[in-house]
Amino acid sequence: MRITDKVARVDTRDKISGKTRYIEDIAFENLHYARTLRSTVAKGRITGIRYPEPVDGIFIIDADDVPVHNDVAMIEHDMPVFAKDEVNYIGEPIALIVSKDKNQIIDFMRGIEVTYEGLPAVFDMNDVKEDANHVFEDHTFVKGSIETMDYDEVFEGTYRTGYQEQLYMEKQGVVACVEEGVVTVYGSMQCPYYVKNALMHCTGYDENHVRVVQVATGGAFGGKEEYPSLLACQVAVAALKIRESIRLIFDRREDVTYTTKRHPSEVQIKTYLKDRKIVGMSCLIDLDAGPYLGLSDVVLQRAMFTLTGCYAFENVRVRGRIVRTNNIFTGAFRGFGAPQTMFALEQHMNQLANKLEVDAIQFRRAYFVKKGMITSTSGIFNEDIYLDLMADRLEAFSGYQDLKEDKAPNTGIGVAFVPHGGGFTGSGEAEHIKAVVKLKKRQDGKVEILVSNVEMGQGAKTALSKIVASVLDIGIKDVIYEDPDTFCVPDSGPTVASRTTMVVGNLLYKAAEQLKAHMKTDEEITITEHFKQPDYVIWDQETMTGNAYMAYSWSAVLAKVTVDPLTYEITCTDIYGVYDVGIPIDEGLFLGQVHGGVVQGLGYGLMEQMVSKNGKVLQDSFESYTVPTASDIPEMQAIWIENKYVDGPYGAKAVGELTLVAVAPAVASAVADAIGKSLYQIPVTPEMLLEVTRNEKR
Amino acid sequence: MRNVEFILNGKAVSLETSLSRRLLDVLREDFGLTGTKEGCGEGECGACVVFLDGELVNSCLVPMNSVIGKEVQTIEGLAQTKRYRIIEDAFVMAGAVQCGFCTPGMVMATEYLVRRYKHPTNEEIREGLSGNICRCTGYQTILEAVKRVFEEVEDL
Ligand code: FES
Ligand code: FES
Repeated sequence: MRITDKVARVDTRDKISGKTRYIEDIAFENLHYARTLRSTVAKGRITGIRYPEPVDGIFIIDADDVPVHNDVAMIEHDMPVFAKDEVNYIGEPIALIVSKDKNQIIDFMRGIEVTYEGLPAVFDMNDVKEDANHVFEDHTFVKGSIETMDYDEVFEGTYRTGYQEQLYMEKQGVVACVEEGVVTVYGSMQCPYYVKNALMHCTGYDENHVRVVQVATGGAFGGKEEYPSLLACQVAVAALKIRESIRLIFDRREDVTYTTKRHPSEVQIKTYLKDRKIVGMSCLIDLDAGPYLGLSDVVLQRAMFTLTGCYAFENVRVRGRIVRTNNIFTGAFRGFGAPQTMFALEQHMNQLANKLEVDAIQFRRAYFVKKGMITSTSGIFNEDIYLDLMADRLEAFSGYQDLKEDKAPNTGIGVAFVPHGGGFTGSGEAEHIKAVVKLKKRQDGKVEILVSNVEMGQGAKTALSKIVASVLDIGIKDVIYEDPDTFCVPDSGPTVASRTTMVVGNLLYKAAEQLKAHMKTDEEITITEHFKQPDYVIWDQETMTGNAYMAYSWSAVLAKVTVDPLTYEITCTDIYGVYDVGIPIDEGLFLGQVHGGVVQGLGYGLMEQMVSKNGKVLQDSFESYTVPTASDIPEMQAIWIENKYVDGPYGAKAVGELTLVAVAPAVASAVADAIGKSLYQIPVTPEMLLEVTRNEKR
Repeated sequence: MRNVEFILNGKAVSLETSLSRRLLDVLREDFGLTGTKEGCGEGECGACVVFLDGELVNSCLVPMNSVIGKEVQTIEGLAQTKRYRIIEDAFVMAGAVQCGFCTPGMVMATEYLVRRYKHPTNEEIREGLSGNICRCTGYQTILEAVKRVFEEVEDL
């Protein structure tokens, strides 16, 4: 059996029958419920909070109850656990109202009155992005010299993207308990150790007295990367105060309105040409972070390092800024900055090809990166890169030439080529994450995976178990992989950045190799493996130069659409994708990621409109924020090329995020092709097309 | 508060409850049947679907008032049937499950399709599932699973 051959997922049957218990399904003794009292203004000083007369059974938990630090430990400590004197966005948590009786909470909350002194708020990042006080970070990196290069033509475009909500089907949820001096948080999350570190910082408890247990997680997509740390701190503070189990589960409207989203962006690209050839590119990326930094700096860096996409240009300057506003705060979402810049770049490349009257794929081929070339951050592409081959495959299996030649009226095709760097940026894996995994052979012969990475739907349990089972040549059923509990598992890092299979999987692969020699004995033995940075990764964070990523995965996508000439209704009929993810660990899991990513990308490109007005998100439910249903999906076809990566398990590279990123740009280009006009913004909606055509007529 | 009697997964049950409570909460809280999930609480996602006198309904929108004397079947009840085994196997084989939160609802919707059609068209299948949101799978493998179910049911 080859490693790529599809196996049945290990976690499926209990999910199908409804036996799997998510946080809302778990019974806790003497459980108390919590709801969040939230700010109703976007920026202001709290001048007073009037609570109703004290009621038996109702508890109020606020900033004054926080044992040590009233801030959530992320990169900066700028976000409070509970707003104290000041609020900075609509929906910011001020207090938790807790009771055993849900209805009592609702009644009590009706009587609460918070008064504010309003302060000037910022809702449009364009109003303040030139004001350093409103810019969290401002980075630039340079390759070659835009200033001194020789060019004879400039081509410019400005591209905009809006919010996107992760809309995992299971809402945010955590439960905290205090037992024997240990505060334990159970919850739906991607990063148990992020939560643990935040709890230690907030409560002052040491690592032996803080425990985090991930439970079955009903989707995350980045939305449960940093956000659960905030909720965990809140319920932990409540549990420490009233010494009962506290459960905080959002309702859907709260979740859609107040949790992190994909950053709205504006990307300006200027391309310099000499004799119709690109000689340089300079870009400016602005992201709306909302009021707190959160993970925005990391998101921005991925946006920047991905900006030149699959192409090598001699002279590059990329500048990126994170702008502070009083909109909802934004954070991690599958793709992590790349969906914004890849939409911009790939629209730009198409528009440029059209202007030069060259075929869109042919035009790109001239700039495809190859092994040994210099990256935009002046590192070296170390691996074999087969973009030309991928383009050939895409043309062949989509029937590209025919599609172009007999294009039916009101239909369009568009392509996009997109990379994804696997794992953390630069030397992040070695310097910040320092992953440790353990692999334990038990006396009963079963082998247990001890990592902090979580199953959230992506198939981590199956992929990692399969790697270990294959190395040891045992059945996948003989590999045990429980939901992580920080009292039992080492910190193998967060479940983010498409790193689980590639980075953590490789550590498990190595551990399994060492365990082989012990499989015949019946002693219990544990192998520990630490991440070591490969020699070829050289990175200077100060100047942002070197290898931004250990290895890149690649995708080439073609979209076909039809546009109704009267209503401008858009239908994406087909998506073809060619992927280089090294060697997929399981074809079933790989395709699952492709389909899920394609449909989420399609939503981003065509449907998922989320607009904030005066700091308030207008789409707050499934009804107003529409995501694709089974009736909206195109025919999806995917193939992959083999390209073994030396430092990935069985040659595997990153998969999960890559699959989303190329879709929106390909679809937008297809719509542009259908209507014969350039587009600069997603989601592309019938209303937008109407506008574009009207403007044209004027 | 009132005493309410109905049939739950084939058994007569009764409980003291307010008539305005949601069937979803009664199933989950009073009977511990947590296979029925709450995705939205507004009738928009399908995670909470159950059979009420054979009709597929969003249990988050059903007050107990409308349940009196009726027959309710949840995923836990369906899981006891022969046909469920076919659906489960089809979902496993097709790889139709990722995070699993939508899955019990999808299974219920599949059962509904099987009860309703003998040879559904692709459009009918898509339409039949369009009240159930899945954010993970992109639906493709779920559609494959449903098609498998119809092939298998045919052979029964
Ligand atoms: S929870 Fe009932 S339809 Fe979403
Ligand atoms: S499998 Fe996660 S929502 Fe469907």
